[in-house]
Amino acid sequence: MNYQQARWAEPLIFELSKLGRAWPPPSEKLLKSVNIPKKLLRRRLELPEVSEPQVVRHYTRLSQMNWGVDSGFYPLGSCTMKYNPKICEELAGLETVACIHPHQSEDTVQGALELMYKLEKYLAEIAGVSRVTLHPSAGAHGEFLGMHIIRAYHRFKEEGQRTEVIVPDSAHGTNFASAAMAGFNVVVVPSDVRGRVDLDALKNAVSDRTAALMLTNPNTLGLFEDQILEITDIFHSAGGILYHDGANLNGIMGKTRPGDMGFDIVHYNLHKTFSTPHGGGGPGSGPIGVTRELERFLPVPVVEYDQKHNRYYLDYDRPDSIGKINGFYGNFGVLVKAYAYILLMGADGLTEAAETATLNANYIMRKLLGVKGYELKFDSERPCKHEVAFSAEPLKRETGVTVRDIAKRLLDYGVHAPTYYFPPIVPEVLMIEPTETEPKEELDHFVDALKAIVEEARSRPEKLRTAPHATAIGRLDEVKASREPVLSWRMHRRLKG
Amino acid sequence: MLREIGVASIDDLFVDIPEKIRLKRPLKLPQAMSELEVKRHMKAMLAKNKPFTQMLSFLGGGAWSHYIPSHVRALTQRSEFVTSYTPYQPEVSQGMLQTLFEYQSMVAELVELDVVNASMYDWASALGEAALMCARITHRKRFLIPKLISPGRRATLQTYAVGPGLEVAEIGYDRKTGQLDLSQIRAQLKKDTAGVYVENPSYLGFLETQVEEIANAVHKAGALFVVGVNPISLGLLKAPGDYGADIVVGEGQPLGNPVSFGGPCLGIFACRSEMKLVRQMPGRLIGMTTTLDGGKRGYCMALATREQYIRREQATSNICTNNSLCAVAAAFYLASLGPQGLRKVAERCAANASYAMKKLNAIHGLETPIFDAPHFNEFSLNCDDTHMSIEKLNSKLLKRGIQGGIPLRGEFPELGETGLLCTTELHSRECIDHLAKTLKEIVGGKR
Repeated sequence: MNYQQARWAEPLIFELSKLGRAWPPPSEKLLKSVNIPKKLLRRRLELPEVSEPQVVRHYTRLSQMNWGVDSGFYPLGSCTMKYNPKICEELAGLETVACIHPHQSEDTVQGALELMYKLEKYLAEIAGVSRVTLHPSAGAHGEFLGMHIIRAYHRFKEEGQRTEVIVPDSAHGTNFASAAMAGFNVVVVPSDVRGRVDLDALKNAVSDRTAALMLTNPNTLGLFEDQILEITDIFHSAGGILYHDGANLNGIMGKTRPGDMGFDIVHYNLHKTFSTPHGGGGPGSGPIGVTRELERFLPVPVVEYDQKHNRYYLDYDRPDSIGKINGFYGNFGVLVKAYAYILLMGADGLTEAAETATLNANYIMRKLLGVKGYELKFDSERPCKHEVAFSAEPLKRETGVTVRDIAKRLLDYGVHAPTYYFPPIVPEVLMIEPTETEPKEELDHFVDALKAIVEEARSRPEKLRTAPHATAIGRLDEVKASREPVLSWRMHRRLKG
Repeated sequence: MLREIGVASIDDLFVDIPEKIRLKRPLKLPQAMSELEVKRHMKAMLAKNKPFTQMLSFLGGGAWSHYIPSHVRALTQRSEFVTSYTPYQPEVSQGMLQTLFEYQSMVAELVELDVVNASMYDWASALGEAALMCARITHRKRFLIPKLISPGRRATLQTYAVGPGLEVAEIGYDRKTGQLDLSQIRAQLKKDTAGVYVENPSYLGFLETQVEEIANAVHKAGALFVVGVNPISLGLLKAPGDYGADIVVGEGQPLGNPVSFGGPCLGIFACRSEMKLVRQMPGRLIGMTTTLDGGKRGYCMALATREQYIRREQATSNICTNNSLCAVAAAFYLASLGPQGLRKVAERCAANASYAMKKLNAIHGLETPIFDAPHFNEFSLNCDDTHMSIEKLNSKLLKRGIQGGIPLRGEFPELGETGLLCTTELHSRECIDHLAKTLKEIVGGKR
């Protein structure tokens, strides 16, 4: 263990600035020409006043206090933090991408429309659906759109009484929130002892009020819902729609397809499976794919191809469309990166990615299974898919060390912590997703670190409770951040009086 | 590794997938290409686009081209920012957290409100979320918007309104000045309205001069006042927080982010610091705190109990992935320009528009702007008297290498053959003179 993150004592950019320079009213000449009355003009603007080198140094130093995939291992479960090829960034920065306007004449954006049209086709093939829309900006945005399509479908079939969306207790938080935000009531079904959806509970939950089931497969425990055909059967015979949360698509690409499982709507996280970088929380892209029956409800505009004239165009004439979920056509800059990634990987490469991601997760699972302190709560006999959810409950019982302490200590070993405290159905859970782009040495280092932490928990637990030590800053008072919120520099100044 | 796992082949790791749904053929996708092949292939495909850097464009309408300083680009590409996830581990993510806190702080100064979230997807979805927030706070179900609003924003708002059953009603405008009809607002406010939304500058570029009167009327009725902005305009114009806005939304793309065919954008979302409001805010908030021992200042996510990953169906929004890196670029941009720089950009934008309006209005058959009101950097241009449709005018311009304005007749037939044009600091006087000269040639004659 010899990791040490940069530790700059970097003040806020406002504190580097000499504030309060004069703010004279605009010149009479300007005022006369623009004809804006003085009462509509601002009297002050307290932005920082710093030089270009100051700006560059300040943010370079801050970047050095930030962990990314390029810094090291990032096994954050359900987030698929794989390596992001640099060529994708370069292509998204081309003038022919960055400098085109959404209202330009269609003749001047044929390349963009072609790329979108082809990307839709590729994604449709990968998930086994009929048609894809690239509009949603993120996975949750895709879910939200999916819920609106489900509502439109049931209205169309004059079954507006279908107001319930069923969500398993292991689902991502966004599933519950997206369904609620689109006006559905959420019905939660428990997992069974194998960590899969409880089939009996599901049968009991289904009724003529059921609009949809939202399911992640492989689920958040990294387990494949092997009763998927029974589940889709139950739903389709009850008139419900099956929604696939595609956050975990990386574990099955090229091996099986949500469409073939019987899902009607599938979302993709291009910022996970298709390697577009996450940018510290976005921008992402969350396209959704649908069956033929649901195509009519897709948001406008839809990209179409006129074969006769070899011309791509935007079609707004879609009377059954649910309308729009954002101002334009989606995160085009992100789509370009995903398109490049698919071409780089090809059909075989994508399948190999799913295989290697699964191999890496199973390797970690097998290596950790023998370590006292960690255990699998569900089904350790069958292979996992792209991720694995261990419980550190035994270690907590033995030493009092929590999974949070483990996660914080991992940072000292130069490894980003896995997801923890999620999914909530596993106590003291560490949800580990290594991805396919990590070499065996990195996986071994991670397993060794988790083993070493078990030893530390026994020999010097204080070291864990006060971790991390090698990061830019020590453990933070997150309770205070919410109890006494300081959300901006002006708020800080005001509260300090 | 297979031996360690105890299986004979990779396929053994997929035995849990039922036989019936295993994909037994390769995906029907192109075979892998080398980096060089991908680059050549995509550059050739994308070369069918004509970027606005290679022609003269007057397009705005919610996506605006501005100069992005080279160092802003360079900093935004730093891979420590680009390849990081949501800062769930604040101790190794101080860089992203402090930068987002600085973004929140700088936009707070710009709009003169204390609380700004770490970003929404875009202006349209931020508006949708603002309407939902008003309904949650007031427990009312009506939301008023101007009739003259971008069709994309209106359609998005309408989708967001469906869930809680919000009624979206329109406020009319004065045919001569474009200004919102105050008496209509007052009358509508009596009907249990949750919020009133005004854009300043408006979609058609003119300024709403009665914002203070509107704010008063809205507050008297117990509703919330939501204002939509182009943040560049705030280098010159009075901030919404100074005329009574409770919530501000807007499009942050012009702050250091490329247009990129309309995405990714940057949804700005701000509100007053009253906790009744803040607790109902959507999205991620970064807060200032200290280390547990109180010794050092640090930053982490705050008030997360509003968010979906903790509160699930009770969350204020489903948003998780947002547009953080766009907010980071905006922070670099605002810090670089400073108050004087942003003001220069805003002044140049407005001066260019006013120059363009003067030049174009002098052309026989053209009228600009169609509303008698002050404008910022966008303006309407009507060509009814040329007996040409705005599309026809645009296609003639395009043949001469100029991208004209956004046609408005489809959405607002009452405005006739009208387009929406935009100028920024990128347009020189010569560019505008060239537009005027070309338009004169197209429509012929002189007034």
